[in-house]
Amino acid sequence: MTPQWNDLASELLQRFGDETRYAIPILQAIQTEQGYIPIPLLEAIASKAQHLQANQLYGVATFYSQFTFTPKGKHTIKVCMGTACFVKGAQQIVDAFKSALSIEIGETTPDKLFTLQTVACLGCCSLAPAVMIDGHVHGQVTQESVAALLKAKGFNL
Amino acid sequence: MKKDYKYAISVCAGSKCVHLNNELIDIILKEIQRQGLEDQVKVTKSACLGYCEEGPLLVIHPDNITYARVQKDDIAEILSEHIKNRRWVTRLLFHRDQIANSFFPQFGDVDFFGKQYRITLRNCGVIDPESIDDYLAYRGYEALAKVLTVFSPQQVIDEIKRSGLRGRGGGGFPTGVKWQSGHDAVGDVKYMICNADEGDPGAFMDRSAIEGDPNTVIEGMIIGGYAVGASKGIVYIRAEYPLAIKRLQIAIAQARERNLLGNNILGSEFSFDIDLRLGAGAFVCGEETALIASIEGKRGMPKPRPPFPTEKGLFDKPTVINNVETWANIPVIILDGAEHFASMGTEKSKGTKVFALAGAVRNTGLVEVQMGTTLREIIFDIGGGIRDDKAFKAVQTGGPSGGCLPSQYLDTPIDYNSLMAAGSIMGSGGMIVMDETTCMVDIAKFFLDFTQNESCGKCTPCREGTKRMLEILIRITEGAGQPDDIDKLLRLGTMIQKSSLCGLGKASPNPVLSTIKHFRHEYEAHIFDKKCPTKTCKSLLTYTILEDKCIGCGLCKKNCPVKCISGEKKYSHSINQADCIHCGVCFSTCKFEAIIRE
Repeated sequence: MTPQWNDLASELLQRFGDETRYAIPILQAIQTEQGYIPIPLLEAIASKAQHLQANQLYGVATFYSQFTFTPKGKHTIKVCMGTACFVKGAQQIVDAFKSALSIEIGETTPDKLFTLQTVACLGCCSLAPAVMIDGHVHGQVTQESVAALLKAKGFNL
Repeated sequence: MKKDYKYAISVCAGSKCVHLNNELIDIILKEIQRQGLEDQVKVTKSACLGYCEEGPLLVIHPDNITYARVQKDDIAEILSEHIKNRRWVTRLLFHRDQIANSFFPQFGDVDFFGKQYRITLRNCGVIDPESIDDYLAYRGYEALAKVLTVFSPQQVIDEIKRSGLRGRGGGGFPTGVKWQSGHDAVGDVKYMICNADEGDPGAFMDRSAIEGDPNTVIEGMIIGGYAVGASKGIVYIRAEYPLAIKRLQIAIAQARERNLLGNNILGSEFSFDIDLRLGAGAFVCGEETALIASIEGKRGMPKPRPPFPTEKGLFDKPTVINNVETWANIPVIILDGAEHFASMGTEKSKGTKVFALAGAVRNTGLVEVQMGTTLREIIFDIGGGIRDDKAFKAVQTGGPSGGCLPSQYLDTPIDYNSLMAAGSIMGSGGMIVMDETTCMVDIAKFFLDFTQNESCGKCTPCREGTKRMLEILIRITEGAGQPDDIDKLLRLGTMIQKSSLCGLGKASPNPVLSTIKHFRHEYEAHIFDKKCPTKTCKSLLTYTILEDKCIGCGLCKKNCPVKCISGEKKYSHSINQADCIHCGVCFSTCKFEAIIRE
């Protein structure tokens, strides 16, 4: 266990509190700040806390789709697979991203630049098919515009 | 000091357009300065007006003139013409009615808005959602003041009961009855929860309502807290909705500053405060007991009821959970009276309902209509009919828990009971319109894939049953369907409906059962004829090159990913069907219509 995780574990417990109910806010803070959930950090938290156990934290982290155990790429692409997007051809958009980046859904490119994900619904159904890149929504995406979207984020075709 | 502006330009800034329109607002502000109109014109960001199809939208008050599809270059003209010369810029007005070729300058003139009846969305697009002063100017927190000074908690509950309001999250449970049992439950602490974990694919009502008017939801919760005797409120909202979260945070902070939240609200004995909790991405957390587990810091798994949350909810304390739209109705009921609210809608469903209209319809967006409006009015009058002059095939309501209704149900008046009788549900308000090109087996597979993925795994019927159903659907769409597959799906579906623990599981077979009920012939075509009537299911399609039309350009051969097309240049090519993966690349690259798909 690295001292870095030890300090962070203490800081997180102090920031949120040592209670079961803070498990999700703590994990959310870790996910946002570290970009993923390092398992040694969960162990460090559990060793210091009275009410938070490692198995509980791990169980919660695996249940919710927001948490990942591997570091994400610099840019996260979320292709919406909601009903409206699906009806308007979201599958082709996912396929276009997959073939352009040569990765599967949930994977990160070897240069750690892009992570490709699908989401159930971005709530932008009127812009279907929609894609969210780093928090920005792009609407009415076509197979052709996929390349342009990637290029704008520094992808070399 | 407040300036006395003559005009207000409100720019639609829902999360769909906000990135785009921030730039537009900068240009408007610069242009106002350039033309020296600073003392006359105020620019506000409004929430999503709901007519996303025609965005970016710009409304000029008090004239109530709406400009559509506004581009950067149009700004100078709008300011000089409309504000300075008092002339409308006609080319930018709504111009939807192509037959009469008439203009729809004013907001309500357009069918899209005119046929709606906005109660919960009354302030959306009208006020600045980041300003509590704007909300106060539109009778904001007046209902709370009325309740605290005139009503006893029981009187508030009686008023809500009399209004006939039913839960807008989908279940349709009478809100007043729920509050009564929360009120009657014994507990030192009681909680009010706003369920904003809007997870249905194809639904964005709650996001838009919060982004457009966060204060209404907060006011509703405070009134509910007073009625039930709760001191603590929690809004459980999806982390995927950053703008809605930000606006709620602003609204809560402003309400605290004005003593509308906190201790001794408005000088009364009543104290109440609200916290935010961000969902972590689990569809099942929309179910109330799973949502409670999630707030408690556990895996979001449902519990059997009873005990109901109103008796034993969050941290085992009495808890009332209502959906965003339900909360947003509360201030209106108190202000205008239960009788007025009950005068709208049908016998068993009162008031209005917000729908997220999307899919193959011309005008996509957010619509609020009175209960009892027919599906046809929503899809064809407000929605403007089917895009690209295709034919209507089905409308899906209720998301993954609902069903697909074909054209003979278009005249069904919308209420909880009639939709249920037709084989679908009201749900939280997603409404996806499908045209003739949508394959019903494929759409059933899509929904089941979703619920199967989101099943929490606690009870066997949902965990295992949906998986088996999905496997059957996959093999049907891949051409390996067996003669008794439809019966198997029906049997499994009925079993899952009867034996699952929570609403997610119980409702998960609905998309499959409703499509079998109304589109059985499509299933049969897939199983027996090995054909997909809408040419959607890739594995069931065959591609053939027409010898007389192919000029031998070689484009399909070059693009074929499995290299199964052969032929010499300038001579007709052919496809080796044994190797073909049915991807359709040759079909879409051919410029001579020499490839047929069937």
